[in-house]
Amino acid sequence: MPHTPQHDAIDLSVRGVSKHYTGFTAVDQLSLDVAKGSFFSILGPSGCGKTTLLRMIAGFIAPDDGDIVIGGQSMRDVAPNRRPVNMVFQHLALFPMMSVGDNVGYGLARRGLGKADIQRKSEAMLERVGLPGTAGKRIDQLSGGQKQRVAIARSLVLEPTLLLLDEPLGALDLKLREHMKLELKQLQHEIGTTFVYITHDQSEALVMSDQVAVMNKGRFEQVGTPQQLYYQPASAFVAGFVGNSNRLEVSLSGAGEGVAASGLPLRLAAQHGDASGQQALFIRPETIALSRREADVAEYDNRLSCRVETLFFDGANSTVQVRDARYGTPLQVALPHTGQHADLQPGETVYLGIRAEHAKAYRE
Amino acid sequence: MNVLAPRRLGLFLLLAPAVLWLALLILLPHVEVGLLSFRERVGPGEFAPSLKQYLTFFDEPLYWHTFVRTALMSLVVTVLALLLAFPVAWSIAKVARGRVRALMMAAILLPFWASELVRMLGWLILLRGSGVVPQLLFQLGLTAEPVELLYHDATILVGLIYSSLLFMLVPLINALETLDDSLIEAAYDLGGNRLDILRRIVVPHAAPGIAAGCIMVFMLTLGNYLTPVILGGKNSMWFTEQIYTQFITRFNWEQGSAFAFLLLGLSSLLVWLGLKLTGQRFADSMRRT
Repeated sequence: MPHTPQHDAIDLSVRGVSKHYTGFTAVDQLSLDVAKGSFFSILGPSGCGKTTLLRMIAGFIAPDDGDIVIGGQSMRDVAPNRRPVNMVFQHLALFPMMSVGDNVGYGLARRGLGKADIQRKSEAMLERVGLPGTAGKRIDQLSGGQKQRVAIARSLVLEPTLLLLDEPLGALDLKLREHMKLELKQLQHEIGTTFVYITHDQSEALVMSDQVAVMNKGRFEQVGTPQQLYYQPASAFVAGFVGNSNRLEVSLSGAGEGVAASGLPLRLAAQHGDASGQQALFIRPETIALSRREADVAEYDNRLSCRVETLFFDGANSTVQVRDARYGTPLQVALPHTGQHADLQPGETVYLGIRAEHAKAYRE
Repeated sequence: MNVLAPRRLGLFLLLAPAVLWLALLILLPHVEVGLLSFRERVGPGEFAPSLKQYLTFFDEPLYWHTFVRTALMSLVVTVLALLLAFPVAWSIAKVARGRVRALMMAAILLPFWASELVRMLGWLILLRGSGVVPQLLFQLGLTAEPVELLYHDATILVGLIYSSLLFMLVPLINALETLDDSLIEAAYDLGGNRLDILRRIVVPHAAPGIAAGCIMVFMLTLGNYLTPVILGGKNSMWFTEQIYTQFITRFNWEQGSAFAFLLLGLSSLLVWLGLKLTGQRFADSMRRT
């Protein structure tokens, strides 16, 4: 079979895969390529079909149409225990009846390795994930983060072409989750195995991934780097789902101009294609300039005079809720990290400046 | 003032019926039976302490053989019941969903709405020489003449398994229900095959339930009287029958008490051995029933 070098660099190729259930389509004609050694995330709300897609890649569900190719091999009619793929389950699914070492060695034993080899490899893998000397422990003696690492070690010890992760951080508390995010990224970088990670948490996807696919209703809305998703969302869904945004319903009156439902006239980013009718407008809170002096926002395309309603203090993520004085349009504005304007009081008048390129409208 | 006192009183009151039940209906009769078994009738209305009743058991091969036979057959029943119940329990706990599952549970429980006596008489109607099954076999030409299916050891086994299967099924279903499906998927994903997953994941998880079911079935079978007598006839050679004979026919309560104590000792010993051999703890098993 002729191989182009480009083909060799693809570890997972999903080709036109669909899965229908009575009454709805979970996965609809999806195609995707994951480059070797990359961290690929599938991000979407619950019920978008991402778990179905992952289970089809793992082999627990057979697709109705299409093919899944892993490491150059078609996975049609290949059982999960014969695929070069391992999965880290949502609730980890560690075997409570076995020790930590036996959990990690389970897959190796199934491959018929000798006892000494299994022990050596499992212990090396446990050391790799930062758990040296835990092989003899029981699973219930481990903390949440340690269990997480055992689950990953149990899969990675088999040296799979592809590691699938099904929201494995969901059960952890916030602090540990933040920590594990970085650790997982680091581990993937060191080991170089291709990771396919599914999550509904946009921060997990943005922090860890090389590439993210945003999934909605069984289809991909956009596939790109975290930066592309954040700065150049391709659809209203992506703009609303990734990061925080002020969403306004606008009626476009011409290229780069529109009127919000409240009557507020706005100058917008130049539209692709059809630039008329009702659209959804997104403005990120951190792109809005805020000042107590009108002169500071004079050079902006849109200038608004607003009343402060509520201050949401959250350290570096502090925002302020304001309302346009004339049209009553509510807007969320990020406060500067320097602590400037941290003393804003409800009822104060502030001036906002929004550049046209930061106000993006999408047809839904 | 002790703040805990009212709560302790409440606990005592709640437990009182169970404690009274245990003390009056189980503990007290056993003490009485124990005392009876260690005495001997030396004259009319005169009794003396003695070990004669136990010595008779060891001297008389019939008693001894019946005892061993009862124990061995009960073990066979327990093993067969486990093998039969496991796939059924698996289907109910892991495969069936919703209405089908409810129907399957009902199908298991339904026979227990009739009394054990009625169910055994049903087997009698089916299996006796002029009964349904032998006649059917004869009509189909499978046997030259209607065969008597009653009074065989196999018939007793079938009856005993039939009457104790539920007590194996319930703890097994409970144990298998608590097994997280993702554990099976994870084992499969890591390269395990079916046999391997059964041996390494399913059986270890269900072990307390298996032990509980086996203990119940074994005890119930060992102490069963009705099934061996009806399906095996007068010569079914079941140990409970010997106890009955001593108490009721021979009116030798001392001998009957000794037999009853021996049976109690046997079942305790075998249950203890079984738990030891499989590395299970009694408390774990009882929590599963």
